[in-house]
Amino acid sequence: MDTIMPLLYIAVFPGFVFLGAYATLIQWIDRKVTAVMQNRVGPPIYQPIADFIKLISKEVVIPDNADEILFKSIPYIALASIITTIFMIPVWGTPMVSFEGDIVVIVYLLTIPTVTFFLAGWSSTSPYSTIGSMRVMTQLFGYEVPLFLSFAGCAIIAQSWSVYKISEYFTQNPLMILVNIPGFIVALLASQGKLERVPFDTPHAKNEIVGGQFTEYSGRLLGIFLLAIDIEMVVLAALINAVFLGGLHNISGFFGFAIFIIKTLVVCLILTLFKVLMARVRVDQMVKFSWKYLVPVAVIQILIDLYIRLKF
Amino acid sequence: MSKIQIPLGPQHPALKEPENFMLVLDGEQIVDATVNLGYNHRGVEKAAENRNYIQDIYLIERICGICSHSHVSCYINAVEEIAKAEVPQRAKAIRTLVAELERVHSHLLWLGVAAFELGYDTLFMYTWRDREQVLDCLEMISGNRVHYGINTIGGVRRDITKEQAEEILKKIKFLHERTSYYVGVVTEEPTFLARTQNVGKLPKDVALELNAVGPTARASGVDIDVRRDEPYFIYDQLDFKVITHNTEDVFGRAVVRVLETIESYKMIEQILKNLPEGPISVKVPWKIGPGEAVFRYEAPRGEDIHYVKANGTEYPERVKVRAPTLANFQSIPYCLKNGYLADAIITIAAIDPCMSCTDRAVVYDYKTGKKEVFDWEGLRKYSIEFYKKKGVSFK
Repeated sequence: MDTIMPLLYIAVFPGFVFLGAYATLIQWIDRKVTAVMQNRVGPPIYQPIADFIKLISKEVVIPDNADEILFKSIPYIALASIITTIFMIPVWGTPMVSFEGDIVVIVYLLTIPTVTFFLAGWSSTSPYSTIGSMRVMTQLFGYEVPLFLSFAGCAIIAQSWSVYKISEYFTQNPLMILVNIPGFIVALLASQGKLERVPFDTPHAKNEIVGGQFTEYSGRLLGIFLLAIDIEMVVLAALINAVFLGGLHNISGFFGFAIFIIKTLVVCLILTLFKVLMARVRVDQMVKFSWKYLVPVAVIQILIDLYIRLKF
Repeated sequence: MSKIQIPLGPQHPALKEPENFMLVLDGEQIVDATVNLGYNHRGVEKAAENRNYIQDIYLIERICGICSHSHVSCYINAVEEIAKAEVPQRAKAIRTLVAELERVHSHLLWLGVAAFELGYDTLFMYTWRDREQVLDCLEMISGNRVHYGINTIGGVRRDITKEQAEEILKKIKFLHERTSYYVGVVTEEPTFLARTQNVGKLPKDVALELNAVGPTARASGVDIDVRRDEPYFIYDQLDFKVITHNTEDVFGRAVVRVLETIESYKMIEQILKNLPEGPISVKVPWKIGPGEAVFRYEAPRGEDIHYVKANGTEYPERVKVRAPTLANFQSIPYCLKNGYLADAIITIAAIDPCMSCTDRAVVYDYKTGKKEVFDWEGLRKYSIEFYKKKGVSFK
């Protein structure tokens, strides 16, 4: 029993199966809400799963110049590193793994997919994917710092570097959530960059560089990559929920899970709203925006948090 | 970082028609750009010589799917000039009405395409939804959404009833409101401004030198519009402004187009409220000429020029089309240079290119790498030889 339970955690809940199912649901909601806002009908609820099955069943084409082992293994690395993250975030009661400093591990694990996107583009050796991967890296320098700074603000005010303890702190002091609203907005915008969604979807802007870093990917490998991106959205929403919004409010069991679902859906809907409202910006404009607006706001947020921490 | 060459097309998600742009990139910056035309050559001019004047109307209408009325009106005006036909006022008014509805539909379509190229899918969906209204108007008048087939030599084929006029006025009022909203989006939305301002700069002197026409030229501050400078149809009786803009960039081109749409609504209202009475067409003999005529016409994309040479038979001897895109294409390499790759697509889209209107073929000998442009006599000789080999004889 002691060995079966962790395996079930990893494979079923909150691991692979749950994340995959919830990610496809979130993708559908994202697409449907976008469609309704844009005055379209939108896809049926099984569309993301149908897309995934279609990609899985298609032929995988590997470019002649590409490094075959690297090219084939990268999608799985991206998926694995993202799924690992969920074990440190509260989904049902307490998280599976929790220790001082796990938020640093989470941010580190969430950077790995971005690096794999870069490697994916670089190892494909096509001009479009090369430019796409350069943009992935350029964009990384834009959003990574504000994202981490905004998390740091919450960690300072909660006096802990553990995600679970931060959410516990905000549950006990709900008013402190209001203090962190600027940081919350910074985190939302930065995660829009991390997820490579409009307005920060330059790395795979289809009108400019076809498929960007994924141009040469096809079939199963592309399906895994797209699933990884969908799961990344769930993980980021769960992380933002845990760090900024008080997580599950210390409610374990079914109601805690219901709170998790509702709050992550709200975060995802806000991300969808950003996507619908804006046009795509250039990569240099994105980096400029991050360092001109997001980073200063995050730093001010940290100063406010420090002041409150020392005064009260 | 070494320079890389990126092909934009002939197969590319952002291009609606096959066309090739070779971009030399230094990082994200474009160092050099070349335009390669010729993927879409259909030989319309040659085909026009084998058909009579009436058949040519339907052929020339199919030069372009968006400005179909423009091309055919331009051609018909040239033919009527040779035949010395007096077109009734009511026919002229209906032609003007269709022309302005077409401009509205073309500009709304462009706004949607531009928004799509910027990744602004919401604006794209909104404008194309509203564009359906103007397509409905055109369908009501002519029976068709795209190739209206309303022109005939000597007039128009269908009349407009009072009910139709009222229905169009109602739809135009709705569109006027929506377009006023788009004026706000184009001039105020921060990401739209960030992507269009100072992009694809085309200074006034360069625009004049490269013979830019239409909204592309007007956005560079060149005050030209055939509708005002050399009025045809009933434009001399209408009250409208020629919209110019002095920012010389993609933003200016967007603003010019949106404001022009609003001018078109005003014109449509004027036409429908003072629709002259009378017949809608006159008879014109089948055999026309001899003679020749050139006609200039302000299509939604710019000045369209048709040259028709008649030789006294029912077939034209020569029809030459200078589509507005051909004039505007000259400016694209200039606009692309020193820009970013991300802006290349919107810079190309900003002239509202219509590749199939403009394409001409070049003979390329792949063994010697020699390019050759045929002159008329050479092409004629070549085609006769070509068909003789296939067993078609010319007497």
